[in-house]
Amino acid sequence: MRWVLRVGVVLAVLAAGLGWVLTRPASLPDTFAAGHVPDPDNGALIFHAGGCASCHTAPEAETDSAALPILAGGLPFVTEFGTFYAPNISPDLDQGIGEWSAQGFARAVTLGVSPQGQHYYPAFPYAAYQRATPGDVIDLFAYIQTLPPSEVENRPHDVGFPFNIRRGLGLWKRLFVAEDFVVATDNPVVQRGRYLAEGLAHCAECHTSRNALGGLDRTGWMAGAPNPSGKGTIPNITPAALEWSEADLIAYFTSGFTPDYDSAGGEMAEVVENLSQLPEADRAAIAAYVKALPAIP
Amino acid sequence: MRLSSLAMTTLGVTAVTVAAFAASHANPALEGAVKARNAQMGMISYHTGLLGSMAKGETPYDAATATAAAENLAAAASMNRAVLWIAGTEQGAVAGSRAKAEIWSDAAGFEEKAIGLETAAAAMVEAAGTDLEALRGAMKGVGDACGACHKPYRGPQN
Repeated sequence: MRWVLRVGVVLAVLAAGLGWVLTRPASLPDTFAAGHVPDPDNGALIFHAGGCASCHTAPEAETDSAALPILAGGLPFVTEFGTFYAPNISPDLDQGIGEWSAQGFARAVTLGVSPQGQHYYPAFPYAAYQRATPGDVIDLFAYIQTLPPSEVENRPHDVGFPFNIRRGLGLWKRLFVAEDFVVATDNPVVQRGRYLAEGLAHCAECHTSRNALGGLDRTGWMAGAPNPSGKGTIPNITPAALEWSEADLIAYFTSGFTPDYDSAGGEMAEVVENLSQLPEADRAAIAAYVKALPAIP
Repeated sequence: MRLSSLAMTTLGVTAVTVAAFAASHANPALEGAVKARNAQMGMISYHTGLLGSMAKGETPYDAATATAAAENLAAAASMNRAVLWIAGTEQGAVAGSRAKAEIWSDAAGFEEKAIGLETAAAAMVEAAGTDLEALRGAMKGVGDACGACHKPYRGPQN
């Protein structure tokens, strides 16, 4: 009987070791963005495409597209796993990310791992951001460094067991973060739109439903989902449900007007604020991508 | 037993109906203000739509039509708010209203957004008769002004 116990102990140690390896926070290769000269002007566009200000400015902050955003954080995200608070990502040396290296920032954005080597919760949409090119990520960091600092302290997340064990997110990432794009296309305009929509603009985070563990359901891509705020639903934007023309979509992304000349509401009003600051060609590319989505009823 | 539960149900339905009737007919003056505001929004949306369809290229650009639409938009945007946005007409108090209570608790903020639309509409009057490019540029200002007010002061669709 003792050998059974012994084998059991060995298996348990192996399983723990395997779990340790499988949940290990990843690192970036030293060659990431090697030789790239940071361009903060392009970084500003990436910032708008990524919608960074919508979550990282303080909830009570007045949205004024003329003023530079103060990325003090604090916006709460109430989920079934707990309440997450957006952190301060202003360039403040103590409370923000002013001390970070570009490599550390890139690891956070593309791998969802902090400079201290901890997994971030996927309320931070790195599952989408990891599709950003190394150059765009480095440019984004260069732009954020030009913004005003804020001394607001980070508010700790309010998350219960077992979700408070961040190491477990390593498994979540293995299951639900996929590097490849979802929509297949050879059209260069649609490819640009896909880069923006599936990557930086992280549209699927709201427009695609999730499984019980919070992973996106790729078979229902952009086919709508319950509203994370708990009220109503986020619409299906595949051609099975959305009847807007490409011109309608471009106008919506530019001025916020629906085809009935109502204005965008809720979270989408923030998205329009961001998209309206992109070059028109990029808004057109996102519109082309939306029209090219596989129809899912 | 069955009779009494039927009686209770009837009583309940009657109570709800009376309450609903009372809520919607509580004050014709308040109801009238909400109807007038919704009509004003309809005027704004109709004329913005005429301009928007030119901006999108759905209808050919015509300076005279665009100017007429912009002038009506500006007129609708600058109606005196004192008799339209009267207290007690927030969402929930009067049927058909999506006005948030913040319109009255933060009157200065609301006024600022309303003036924002007046300004954007005035810019559209200038731009609409100039050329299509100017019209398209002014469209974003009008859209921003609509959204800037709807975001803080308009309640959700029911």
